[in-house]
Parts: sequence; C-alpha cells; structure tokens
Amino acid sequence: MLTFARRAFIVVWKDLLVERRSKETLNALFFFALLLLFVFQFAVGPDRERLAGTLPGLLWLGFILSGLLGLGRTFVVERENDCWEALLLAPGDKSAIYVGKLAGNLLLMLVVEAILVVLFGFFFNLDLGAVLPALAVVIGLGTVAFAAVGTLFAAMTAQVRARELLFPVLLLPVQAPVLLATVKATEAVLLGEPLGSVAHWLKLLAAADVVYVAVGVLTFDFVLEG
Amino acid sequence: MAADPLIQVTGLRKTFGNHRVLDGLDLDVRVGEAVAVLGANGAGKTTLLKVLATLVRPTRGTAIVAGHDCARDPERVRREIGLVAHGSYVYEDLTASENLTFWTTLAGGRPSAAALAGALATVELDRAADERVRTFSAGMKRRLSLARFVLVRPRVLLLDEPFAGLDQRAKKWLEEHLASFKAGGGSIVMATHSFGRELAVADRIAILAGGAIALDTPRGALSADDVQRLYALHAEDAC
Amino acid sequence: MIRPIGGVTLAALAAGLVMAFGVAPREATQGNVQRIMYLHVPSVWVAYLAFAVVLVASIAYLGRRSETADWVAHASAEVGVLFTGLTIATGSIWGKPTWGTWWTWDARLTSVSILFVMYLGYLLLRGMIEDRERGARYAAVVGIVAAFNIPLVHFSVYWWRTLHQPPSLMKPGPGTMPDVIVAALLVNFAAFSLLYVYFVAKRVRLLRREAEAAG
Repeated sequence: MLTFARRAFIVVWKDLLVERRSKETLNALFFFALLLLFVFQFAVGPDRERLAGTLPGLLWLGFILSGLLGLGRTFVVERENDCWEALLLAPGDKSAIYVGKLAGNLLLMLVVEAILVVLFGFFFNLDLGAVLPALAVVIGLGTVAFAAVGTLFAAMTAQVRARELLFPVLLLPVQAPVLLATVKATEAVLLGEPLGSVAHWLKLLAAADVVYVAVGVLTFDFVLEG
Repeated sequence: MAADPLIQVTGLRKTFGNHRVLDGLDLDVRVGEAVAVLGANGAGKTTLLKVLATLVRPTRGTAIVAGHDCARDPERVRREIGLVAHGSYVYEDLTASENLTFWTTLAGGRPSAAALAGALATVELDRAADERVRTFSAGMKRRLSLARFVLVRPRVLLLDEPFAGLDQRAKKWLEEHLASFKAGGGSIVMATHSFGRELAVADRIAILAGGAIALDTPRGALSADDVQRLYALHAEDAC
Repeated sequence: MIRPIGGVTLAALAAGLVMAFGVAPREATQGNVQRIMYLHVPSVWVAYLAFAVVLVASIAYLGRRSETADWVAHASAEVGVLFTGLTIATGSIWGKPTWGTWWTWDARLTSVSILFVMYLGYLLLRGMIEDRERGARYAAVVGIVAAFNIPLVHFSVYWWRTLHQPPSLMKPGPGTMPDVIVAALLVNFAAFSLLYVYFVAKRVRLLRREAEAAG
C-alpha cells in the first residue's frame, strides 16, 4: 500500500518537474483561459441580466474546454521522450501510474479553474466571496469526475492516429451527466442557496467520482499495455 | 547443466496483419549466458526482443522467462528483465539523477542519495548527475538507460543494437559493463546486425533468417570474418 | 442456425405490427400517431439490452481475451446504436404532430441521445485503430465506462427535466395500462429482441469470417 502511494507520488513529482522546466502546459492554458473570457464576453454581450443566466454554463464551458486541452496532453511527455514502453515495463501495479497521472491532472485543472473563477469575477464584476466555499465543493467534485475519465481516455488516445479528434469525441458524451449536475449545482450556489438544496446533484457527482476512479484503476493496465 | 534454461522460446510465430515476421523460432538461453542474435534489418530481431520483453504477444508458440510465460504472466516476467532499446527511456527535461530516482522508485525501490550516486558512478555519469539529459550524447543516454538496472538488477538484459551510434570509448565501456553483468550471473540477449566488438561478449551466436534461427553456434574461437561468412551462408539459404 | 431465427423474427415482427396498428386501441387525444409508441418503447428497451451485452462481453474479453467476446461486443454495440437511432427517429416522428416540433428535450429523448453519441464514439474508436488486439482492448474499456455511465445519465437527465417541468407526455401512462396495450408492447419487445439476436448473430459471423480471412 505504501509502495503504491510512493510510486503514484513519484509520477506526480516527475510530471511537476517536467512541467516546471518546460513551462509549456500551464502558460498555454492560462492564455487560453484569458482568450475564452474575451470570446464569452463578445458572445454574450454586456447585458448583465443575460449574463447572470448563462454564467454557470459559461464557467463550466470554460473548465471543459481548457480541461480538454490539458487532459489531452497527459501522456505527451511519455510519447515525446519515448518512455511509454518503459512505463509499462516498470515492475509493479500499473494503476499507481494512473493515480499519479490523475493527481497531476487534478492539480493542473484545479489551478486553471481557480484562475478562470478569478478572471470571471474580475471581468464580469461579480462578488464571489460568500459563495466561494460552496463553489469550491461543486468544482472539486466535478473536476475529479472529469479528470478520472479524461486521464483514462488520454492514455487510450495517446497512441491513436487522430488523437485530438477522438479524445473529445469519447470524453464529452460520457461527461454529459457530470456537466448537467455541475451546472445545475453551480447555478444554485451562485444564487446563494445552501449546498443542502442541491444535495442530490452532489451525491450524483460523488457517485460518478467513485465509479470513474474505480473503473480507471481497474482498467488502466489494459490500456497501458499498448 | 541440469537446470532448465532461463529463457525458453519454442515454436514462436508472430504475424503483423498479413506479414509473418517470426515463424517457428526456437531459442534457449542459460543463466549467465550471453547470446547475440544476428540478422538483417527487418529479419525480426526486434520483434523477438519485444516478445521476450512482454511488449508483443506471440501469435503462436511460447516464450518463457525465468519460469513465467511472457504472454500469460507478463508482470512476473517484467521483474526479471531489463530492456535497452532504440528509445532511450529517459526524460529529456530531467537530470540524470532525477531520471534514476524516478525509474528506481517506480520499480518499487527506495534509493538513498548514496545509492543513486553509486549507480551513476558505475555508468560513469557521476559528474553529469545534475545535468539535463537533453544535453547528453547518445552514449551518455545509453549509459543512463543502463543505470536503471544497476539498483534494480534484472536477471536478463535484453539489448537492441546496444553498440549502435556509440564512439570507441563508449563501446569499450559497454563491453566491460556487459561482461561484469554476465560475471554477476546475469544473462544477455543482444540483437545486432553488425559483426564488430559486440560479439566479444557473446557466448553464442544465433543467426535469425526466414523468421527462425538458421544457425545456433557457440562463438568460441570464431573471428569476425568467420561469423560474417556463416551469416552470408545461412541468411542466403533461408531467403 | 441463423435462418430459422430469421424466420421466427419475421413472424414476430409481423405479429408486432398487427398488434400495434390493428389490435391496439386508438388513443383518444393523439390519434393514430401514438401507435409509434409500440415501436419507440421496445426499441429503447432492446437498445439497453444491447448495451448490457456490450458490458458483459467487454468484461469477458478483458478477462479471457476471447475473440468471440470481442466480436459479440462489437456487433452488439452496432445493433445497439441502430436501435438507439430508431428510438430517436420514432420519438421525433411521434413528437412532430403531437407538439409541432421535431425535437424536444424530453427526458427519454435526451438520455437516449447521449447514449447514441457515447456508443457512436465507441464505434469510431474501433474504426480508428488498425491493430485488432489493441482495438478490442480499448473498445472493451470504453464499453465498460459507457455502461456504468448509463444510470448516471438517467438520473441526471431525469432530474434536469422533471424538477422544474411536468413529466414527459411520452411515457406510456402512469399506473394501470389496459392489458391489450401491455400485450402489444411485449409482442413488439419480443420481436425486436429476436431481431437484435438475428442481427448480432449475422454480424458476429461476418466478423469471424473477416478475422479468418486476415489470418
């Protein structure tokens, strides 16, 4: 058990090191998030009424679009450095690699989401202070689900020809229920309602998290094989 | 020797789509033995190594390493083997030391700083320990690749053209490193298509042609020219 | 083996059509177009059946690496997508004269559309991987994820639609249904299930022949 944790951790450590040295992903995602803000502003217009209605959807659209970009790159470093086979050959439970990659992706997505929330608050002049804790819970639960399936599918599509096309095509339909739940819950939270009022959505998200991570851990071996 | 061979390949066949690469290949490798597999490009040497490394499943036949079937029990086999192939298997943005830390920990180890330093010294990379692999030469990358197996010693080293692209000094170092690996009880299966100094470390020569082993002979006193002649003979026959 | 199944299927389908368009009563408010329900509802049931088979076959493939399990999963997914498409089409045809619109975000139509796209992605994945063994393995993993996703889709869409909106008019009706309507639904369900078995059997045979030809 401890070895598993250590091995998962070393994967996170390695990915963070590589990211810190190359600075590719986080910088690009930050600029992408900024761009999205502009696009949304132009698409929705200055009408504050309309904005309030679409805000939860736009926020999650932003999370998903940046998530797709970030998650799709999960195994790029392995491909570029020719390390995929070496990962497979390293003795030990392969799902530790999945957990490590998942943790890294989670970290990455949460950072980008935090930036997006701050940018949203800034550009659209929102006061999010009071609802921040509740919002954090919803975002956390939704992101785990997204990252869990995203990491698994990223491993699968890493070696396929039309990777950039297949990855979102596979991931988005599966994430439909999570998207429904998170947008509805975010809607309520932004209106100041207590988390209890959306308990059913939160339970759905928690269930999704458990199912997706479990399936990921159990099937990652089969995906890494080749 | 009474004990079973460490590696037993029997009737190995591998087909990719319509192309039959290996067909009825038999090969045994004993403990502490080094076998050089000679063959032209495309003859199937890499495929054979990949089957032994559990990266490729045979279409038919079996490959047994240390008593475990490569196709059915790949995880057990992976604990016994170390593969050094065309991919360098190291991360360019990390230093030599960081790479070694990563690979050793992933293999289940808990290397101390001293152990890591010692391993790097064994492959003569101690002075480059904190430099990024991006700045390394081909020889240095190959040595780092081998360093992965100093702390986590496998029973078999599978090498795909290990001397390719190395300068004289690096080749000499590799020869010595492989000899000492063998002396420590390790077995080696080495794929190559040249007849140079890599053969010096081999105990046996197996010529791969037509998808199977056309000739399997102890290297003994054979010179490079002898080997070349034998190769031309058997590779021609099989075509 | 397949031909007799085909024969029985044809008979069952005929019986189903007779039940749906002849025997079952004409619905008061919606008129004859409501008879499409006898195709729409069994269609979605069989789609779920197909996807359940995909789940089982996918697990079987990963566990035993049996080629047959892979063929069954593949065939079942294709037929499942077919019936899902049929569900959407019949739902749409039903909707047009009933509400004046081709599409509505009704709970069932929405769920089924998500399933449709999920399994289309499954088939797309299979189409894009040349290595047969890897394709089978990856498809099995996606098949498992998709199947476990189905209840999540159900609940999320149902809550999304019904918490602020009245339930769908497309439900066959709450509580008690006249026996003849139940009978018509069941006959068509049986007929469609047989059709499913027939299609899957033929497809598996085709996949086996293709595999043998490739050597």
